[in-house]
Amino acid sequence: MKDELIFPEKPFRTNGGVHPKHRKNTAATQSVIMPPPSHVTIPMSQHIGAPCTPCVKPGEHVLCGQLIGDSQAFVSSPIHASVSGTVKEIRDMLMPNGTRCAAVVIESDGLMQPVETQPPEITNPAQLSAAVRASGLVGLGGAGFPAAVKLTVPEGREIDTLIVNVAECEPFLTADHREVVENSWNVMSGVYAVKEILGIKRVIIGVEGNKPDAIEQLHNIAESETNDPNDEVRILKLKPSYPQGAEKILIQACTGRRVPPGKLPSDVGCIVMNVTSIAFLSQYMKTGMPLVSKRITVDGSAVKEPKNVIVPIGTSVSDVIEFCGGLAKDAHKYLYGGPMMGTTIIDPEMVVMKNTNGLLALDEKDAVPEHETECIRCGRCIDACPMSLSPLLIAKAVKRHDTQAMAKYDLMSCMECGCCAYTCPAKRNLVQTMRYGKMLLKEASKRS
Amino acid sequence: MENKLIVSSSPHIRSNRTTQKIMLDVIISLVPCIVAGAVIFGVRALAVVAFCTGACVLLEYLCRLVMKREQTVTDLSAAVTGILLGLTLPPTINLFLAFAGCVVAIVIVKQMFGGIGNNFVNPALTGRIVMLLSFPTQMTTWTLADGTTCATPLGGTTAGYKELFFGTTGGCIGETCAIAILLGLAYLLVRRVIKPIIPLCYLGTAALLSLILGQNVLFQLLSGELLFGAVFMATDYTTSPVTDKGKIIFAVGCGILTVLIRLYASLPEGVSYAIVLMNIMVPLIERVTVPKTFGIVKEAKKS
Repeated sequence: MKDELIFPEKPFRTNGGVHPKHRKNTAATQSVIMPPPSHVTIPMSQHIGAPCTPCVKPGEHVLCGQLIGDSQAFVSSPIHASVSGTVKEIRDMLMPNGTRCAAVVIESDGLMQPVETQPPEITNPAQLSAAVRASGLVGLGGAGFPAAVKLTVPEGREIDTLIVNVAECEPFLTADHREVVENSWNVMSGVYAVKEILGIKRVIIGVEGNKPDAIEQLHNIAESETNDPNDEVRILKLKPSYPQGAEKILIQACTGRRVPPGKLPSDVGCIVMNVTSIAFLSQYMKTGMPLVSKRITVDGSAVKEPKNVIVPIGTSVSDVIEFCGGLAKDAHKYLYGGPMMGTTIIDPEMVVMKNTNGLLALDEKDAVPEHETECIRCGRCIDACPMSLSPLLIAKAVKRHDTQAMAKYDLMSCMECGCCAYTCPAKRNLVQTMRYGKMLLKEASKRS
Repeated sequence: MENKLIVSSSPHIRSNRTTQKIMLDVIISLVPCIVAGAVIFGVRALAVVAFCTGACVLLEYLCRLVMKREQTVTDLSAAVTGILLGLTLPPTINLFLAFAGCVVAIVIVKQMFGGIGNNFVNPALTGRIVMLLSFPTQMTTWTLADGTTCATPLGGTTAGYKELFFGTTGGCIGETCAIAILLGLAYLLVRRVIKPIIPLCYLGTAALLSLILGQNVLFQLLSGELLFGAVFMATDYTTSPVTDKGKIIFAVGCGILTVLIRLYASLPEGVSYAIVLMNIMVPLIERVTVPKTFGIVKEAKKS
């Protein structure tokens, strides 16, 4: 790339951002493994891209880790059984984003009998991509982008930096943090493996400063000369600020490079991987066991015993909550993920998926949205926007359905991080407005 | 699980700041000016401010009632407008005239254009300007607490820096005491209600232009409405640009217009007119100061 490969002493300055209370209540508690529930419902679309087609039939006996859904499409990711047991039915299921997709319901036999697996042979990037695809790995940070696609470097593009995302800037969530603290060796061996196979010269592990134990553990491993003889892997302590873990922001904080609108990290020579993804990959390389469980943070004002739980994928939200001691008070809102970008769960029978990293149950006080009042044009949303957009001007354009103005203010660069709405003293529902505006823009471009 | 689950768009947490808290901060920042006005000009001055505040709140309440819109008096913005208007009036002003100013500010300028956030000029300043044009004599009769009539420093009377600083000269209730205004500014900055951009650029431009035109810079800064206007009037959220770049252009424009009106127009003071004129320019300023999206700057440099 253009700039020299240096390791910054301090993170580069980033734009905007907000500072919600961390509320990392579960940061110091050891994760617990949840026993298999009576049944799991595994949706065939847990990733960005083409949904999978089920390849098992009702009545069939499956083992934990067995392939139950696959697709031929490039941007897709296969689905595996998360428990051993019998396929009860294949049914239609409502997804958090309002769409519907097929789901395989497996009645667990309670044995968690694993399918026979072998560690994959990986010596070159093509084998890595193939193995990652077979493992069913998607971006575990939340986006759910198939990891194999991300790791397939387009021809003619040089990747010089791997950034490992341990920012975990969402309030409440500590799943990545616990991953590092409980499995730091696993994380680092995954880092070394990916670095070696892809021939990457610089690895920056970005950790927010509110996780000193994670920083220390990673640092101890990375510092040792036997592990990292050329000193090509370093830990960078990031300022705790939201959205520090957003891909473009993290790249800027770690390298000073700015990903232009509509471009990808690989356009500036970077690959960003979530730490849990790396840790899983490392485990997969050793065992060949595909992605069947996920560590999630269960927290929120209505949960009795907040903790990190390792849950079989497809376990229903109500089963997980019950495992955490049930509800302390009535839950008025359930969330997938953190409170800044999380999606509301319409029905507690919805399930934990590959990219779920948290489940929050909120009591009435936390759940009821605040009353929206008129915009006073204070400009705080502009200061808070990490993309340097002008949310209040966009919102005005959306209100009058002015797609030209929406395009002029670059609405499509909005990543819906929620900083604008968080900081707004008038409590405007700016993110909702942005989403509506994007829909209008897409419709307009279809018409023309 | 009997209760219905709430489904809403992210984010699901919000900051503690509300419009009401911001307005309350503005009111607190105005307290030194109110106190200074009462000390310098007597209880009558305090009564004017209280009257304007009450009138504005009442008018806002009635407007929302008549228009069948959601009630907004509790956001305290009408109270702020009332205090600001009261502080920019002479202490001896007839209360009927003051009421007329409140009607212009709240009913015409603010509510007829849609209420908080939608007015395109500063309500308090516009109310004051209408009064100034309609009742020029009453609006420019200056008296001190002891009842003696005097002129304002800009109107030709001599005043030392000490008098200007403590505000013991003729002038509007809240505008003469520089120390009180600076205290208010400090509070607004500490509480992050406003950024320093507008006051700094406004005062800086006025100082620089005064210097170039051979004026006494300190006298120009401390006399008249300049300090009060730069701190409390030009920084009004609704009627100033939302971007930092826009704020600079706006404030520089205010500074230039103020000095030009003071020196070359047939008026002794130009702050109100300067700010309202620049208020009208805000949509145009915002059109040319749209911030560049993250990532665009560097790309342009490379190519």
